[in-house]
Parts: sequence; C-alpha cells; structure tokens
Amino acid sequence: MNLEFSPEETAFRNEARTFIEENYPDELRGSGGREDLSREHMLAWHKVLGKKGWSVPAWPVEYGGTGWNATQRYIWSEENARVDSIMPLPFGVSMVGPVIYTFGSQEQKDRFLPGIRSGEEWWCQGYSEPGAGSDLASLKTTAVRDGDHYVINGQKTWTTLAQHADWGFFLCRTDPTAAKPQEGISFILVDMTTPGIEVRPIITIDGGHEVNEVWLTDVRVPVENRVGKENEGWTYAKFLLAHERSGIAGVARSKRGIEKLRNIAATEVVDGQPLLQDDTFSRKVSQLEIDLTALEFTELRTLAGEAQGKGPGPESSILKVKGTEIQQRLTELTLEAVGHYGQPYYRGFPQDAQSNAFPIGPDYAHASAPGYFNMRKTSIYGGSNEIQRNIITKMILGL
Amino acid sequence: MDFNFTEEQTMIRDSLSRLIREKYDFDTRRGVVQSEAGWSPEFWAQLAELGLLMAPFSEEDGGLGGGAIDAMVVMEEFGKGLVVEPYIPTIVCAGGFLKHAGSAAQKEEYLASIMGGETVFAFAYAEPRGRYNLADLETTAKANGAGYTLSGHKAVVIGAPWASKLIVTARTSGDRRDRGGISLFIVDKDAPGVTTRDYPTVDGRRASEVYFENVALGADALIGDADGALPLIERVADEATAALCAEAVGAMGVAHAQTVEYSRQRKQFGTAIGKFQVLQHRMVDMFMEHEQSISMTYMATLKLGDDTVERQKAVSAAKVRIGQAGRFVGQSAIQIHGGMGMTEELAVGHYFKRLTMIDSELGNVDHHMRRYTELGVAPLQAAAE
Repeated sequence: MNLEFSPEETAFRNEARTFIEENYPDELRGSGGREDLSREHMLAWHKVLGKKGWSVPAWPVEYGGTGWNATQRYIWSEENARVDSIMPLPFGVSMVGPVIYTFGSQEQKDRFLPGIRSGEEWWCQGYSEPGAGSDLASLKTTAVRDGDHYVINGQKTWTTLAQHADWGFFLCRTDPTAAKPQEGISFILVDMTTPGIEVRPIITIDGGHEVNEVWLTDVRVPVENRVGKENEGWTYAKFLLAHERSGIAGVARSKRGIEKLRNIAATEVVDGQPLLQDDTFSRKVSQLEIDLTALEFTELRTLAGEAQGKGPGPESSILKVKGTEIQQRLTELTLEAVGHYGQPYYRGFPQDAQSNAFPIGPDYAHASAPGYFNMRKTSIYGGSNEIQRNIITKMILGL
Repeated sequence: MDFNFTEEQTMIRDSLSRLIREKYDFDTRRGVVQSEAGWSPEFWAQLAELGLLMAPFSEEDGGLGGGAIDAMVVMEEFGKGLVVEPYIPTIVCAGGFLKHAGSAAQKEEYLASIMGGETVFAFAYAEPRGRYNLADLETTAKANGAGYTLSGHKAVVIGAPWASKLIVTARTSGDRRDRGGISLFIVDKDAPGVTTRDYPTVDGRRASEVYFENVALGADALIGDADGALPLIERVADEATAALCAEAVGAMGVAHAQTVEYSRQRKQFGTAIGKFQVLQHRMVDMFMEHEQSISMTYMATLKLGDDTVERQKAVSAAKVRIGQAGRFVGQSAIQIHGGMGMTEELAVGHYFKRLTMIDSELGNVDHHMRRYTELGVAPLQAAAE
C-alpha cells in the first residue's frame, strides 16, 4: 500500500495540465458552472480531446482508449476539474460506447465508435418511461418485427439533452409474453431523425431545459441496429448502469466545488468577519471535505480493484449514494453562504447592454439556488438512492 | 392554557382558504407569477374587501382588534397557497412599525390606506454586506436642518416592485454595527434620488435592489426615535419572522400531503410506492417535522408580547426548527416524487423552492442558532462578572 504518486504519474500530471492549459477552448473558460450552454459549447472540448486521442480514456486501447491506469484517469479528472472543464457527455463515452464495444457487431463498432470518440455524434438514453422509473424493467415501449425492421411505439422520459441528440439507445420490449419483466427486452440504437420521433421539453424546478419526453410512433429501425441478442437487452442495460454509476461519484468536481465554496465564504461577511472564519459554517465545510475524502479513497480502492480485473460491481452503488449526497450538500452550503443573494433569479432578466452578466449581487451567487434545486435530481436519477441501497442490501449483504 | 382559535380567527382562516381555493389555485398563481406585474392587485383588493388586511390591527387603529395570531392564521394559508402578495412587508412590517411607533399623523396618513389595500409597502433592511445583522448598516441618513439626507444601497427588497412606499433602516450616527445610532424612515419610492432594479426571485416573487442617492427626507419621515430604532426594528423583524414561520408551516403541510397522496397513486414493482417501508418512515418523519413546526410557530407567536429576551429566544428557536424542518420536508417531498418532483409542472417543486428560500429570509438557521445561544449565555456571563 502506498499513497505516493510515482515519478511517471507526476510527469503525467504535468503533461495533462499543460495540454489543458494550451488547448482548453478559450470561449469555455469560466463557464463550467453556467447553465444553458449550446450544443457547440458542450462538444467543443470533446472534439479537441477526440483529435488528441484522449476522449475515451477508459476504453480498451484497441477501440481508442488511452491505456491509462486508474491513477492516471484519476489525475486526468482532477486536472479537468481544476479548470471546470466541460467534459465529454457520458451518454456516448461512458454508456453506449462500452455496450457497443463489448456486445456490438463489428459493423456497429465501425459505424458508431468513431463518432463517439470524436464528439461528432451526440447520444441520448432512452431508458425511463412514465410508468417505469425505479422499476425500469416494467418498461412498455414495444419494438415489433416487420421484415428487416423493428417498429417502435411508446414513450420515454427524463431523456437528458435529447434535444441535441443524433442517436439514442432505447430499451424496448420485443417479447411481451416473456415470463419475467426483465426478459424480452432488446437494446436498440435509433437515429433520432427517423420519422415518428417527437422530443418534448420538460422544464425543471431550476428553470432549465435539460430533460425531455421522447414520443415514438411507428418508428421504423433496421434490425441491424439492435445490439447483441434479441430479448437479452436487460443484460446490456445492467452492464451500462454499473458503468454509469462508477462515473457518478464526481470526486474531482466536488473537490473543486469545495474550493469554490471556500472562496465564496472568504468573500461573504458576517459581522465584519469573513464567513469562512465563522466556526459554525467552517465546520460544515470541513465535515463535507472529510466526507469527500472518505468517498475519494473508497473510489480509489474501487478503481484499484477494477485495475485488477474486477468489473464495476455492486460496490459502485456506494459511490453513487455518497457521491450524490456530497454533491447535494455542496450546493446546499453554497446557497447558504450567499445569504440574501440566493433569491434573485437571473433567467429571463433583461441583461446589461454592455455585458452578459446578470447585474444583481455577486457573480458567484447567481446559480446558487438553481444549482441547489437542480442537484436534487442526483439522488433520483441513475437508479434512485433508495434503489442503490436495495442493491447493496441484496448483492452485498445477501438479505 | 388554550390553543383554540377565536371565532374571528376561524372565520379568517375559512374565508381566506375559500378565496385561495377559488381565485388563487396553482394554475392561476402560475399566471400571476409569470405576468409582467408579478402579482395580482385584484387579489390584494379582495383580501382588503374581506377585511384580512385589517385583521391584526387594534380597533382604535381602525382594525378588527386582532394581533399576531391573526397574522399567523393568514400566513399559514398564504403558505398553503404559495401566495406571493406582500402581506408580511405591508401588513406585518409597515403596519407593525406604524402601530408600535407611528406618530398620530403617520397613522392617520397610512394605516387606513394600508388596511384598505391602497398603499403597498416594502421593508428595505438588508444590505449587500450586512448579511442578517440588522445593525450592520452602510446606508446613512444625515441630519440637516429640515430633515435627513439618505444615501445607500438596500439588497433584495422583497415586494419593492409593487410598493409605492419603503420603510428604510439607516445609520444616523455611530459606527457600523453599533446598536445605537440607527433610525427608521418612510421613503417615497418615486422620490428624487431613489432608483430601483427590479427582478424575479427563484421562488416566484419580485424584489429590487434599491439605491438612494442624497434623497431628501422631511423630519416627518422618521418613525420612532432618532438614533434609537434598533429595538423597534428587532421587534417587528421578530413579528415578521413568526409570520414567515407560519407561512412555512402552511407550505410544509401541503408538501407533505401531496407526497403522501402521490405515494398512494404511483405504482412501481407492482405496488403503490407508499407501501415501501423506507418511504413510509420518511413520510412519517416529514409529518413529525411539520407537527413540531406548528408547535414552534404557536409558541413563538404567543411569546411575541413577552419581554425582549424571551421573545427573541422564542422566535430564534422557532426559526431554527422551521429552517431545518423546511429543508427536510422539501427535500423529502422531491425525493419521494422522483423525477416528477423535479418538474416545473407539479406544484410540489414550488413548495420546495419556497421552503428553501424562507430559510434565507430574516436570518437563517445558523444566524438564529447563534442569537439563541448568545441570549442563553449572556445572563450566565453577567452573573459570573
């Protein structure tokens, strides 16, 4: 056991830092916490990394991965968090990509992996339905064979950033007569421009448009767009969920968040003293940082296990629960820190003619309340935290 | 000991509850909040018509003879309906200042028009660097022969876009954060030298940044004692805080009820999610938090007339408890609603937002915990010396 970075790892950190400093797009700098980014903004860094060959570090080298070990990947996420970079979105890179290179046909690998690597193609996830959230296996969207096509009908919901998506991966019921709900589901890749697809926005309590309903009416998809075997989609879906959870801890981002929180608390004043010197508040920040340290080392242990060939297992549920609790607490304390200036709402406000800045209160306060509201989603999505605890109950405690 | 409401108080509750049900349902409220004005002057006029704006004023001031309990009843209903109209700024704050310390001329000039719904006030106390300390003022009012010259910047003045008059705290002598040297003024929002920047708040209300640049005030603008207004300001802020607690209680009750109802309707794994014990216990905890909040609100409201230390301890205790309860109830309501709780479309998210922001008004949990602790420690220190 050893917590030191090796000289090679330190050299890698310098390389990563220099690359980010020299190549991170100028127009994105300082926008990491800002909402309402355009499609181009969200893809800009992904495209730079694609050219460099660093957009999919965790993939096997033969599919374009970097071959970095767990420590290097950890360093990479830390260095990105330092500049609040807008990282490649997970839907292609961390979700459907691994499913395609693990279970897909050679044609699918050739067709889809390059676009995911380069950031040219945007993916969305068609999993949840109005009646199938935590109980995902009860999904009702159907895909019926018609010659060499599936005809898909149904409704998906909470589809993140589907308004920008070129492709979606959808769980559809292909055998309604299967004995168990988990059986008879297939994993199908759908071109989002196919006739019969309608994407309707859902506005969330922070006022943002991040998620959507996706309505599918007689959507015809070639059979060769099914990944793996018919009726075995649940296996691939679970594989993907475990991958989704392992990225969900967000340790490096939360570290950066604590740093920002401390800066805010050093600027805000209570009775003429910095809020950071207020014992009650600073203890809460310390508590959060201690919790984050515990999570960080739990994640490092998990990564080390993965490096020795243990795939992401039920332990990733710990990372999801603790990671999201910390992310939520961070936004809670940030909102607390800004005091009265958590109240003003910037969206739709007529902005100053000269600048894009919302002119009320300090800049760091503007997104504090919407950020807090928005982060309530994290204990709901990706399998709610109640579901994660059920997974640990069953898979680890054996109860 | 008696926790019963009078007939008048029950009538206030019933008539307001009916009015909100009929004229301020969730969709109507959404329309009001998104309208250009951001509030409903018609609804305000209806509140006046029903006598609700007169309820907490004494008969000799022209009111119905009620007091803080009547305001509590009104604000609990406001909380249930997420009503945005400025009852606390106008009736509890401006009305409170006038009834406790207004001159005969000031009462004559303003009380009837407040109760009639014609004049709307906002209370400008917060400042960009003052946080929750009511004495931490950079706004100054300098005495000149005829009156005062007011300069400064007030932050996040709730309801100011709708108001024609402001009640403004300002330093007339002494140093920043001194308890002495603070005075209270009535200021016309359209007086020369007053400028505002209006904006929406995250919970659907409106507020302004208010800037004063050498605003000339007559001597008759002063409410109460020159240099000695802090005790009055603290008293009215406590009354407003108790009313805010009542609003939170109303909002928590609805958030809890909607959550229980949703858990009955929503089916996953072949059963209503309300059958899952982990959710049942969380909803039981929400229920207990709500009940404790009701108790604390009654306690604080009943102690508003006690001596200063008792009053302050009671109000701070209530605001601490309600800040904590509001957070738990709001977060749990969203969690149990799942994705649906995150949508702008459902009411529950709006209750969550209002409960969140109530904590940051008139002192958050930490602020009131500190005040409560200091009030408890002070007599011990005095005894030791």
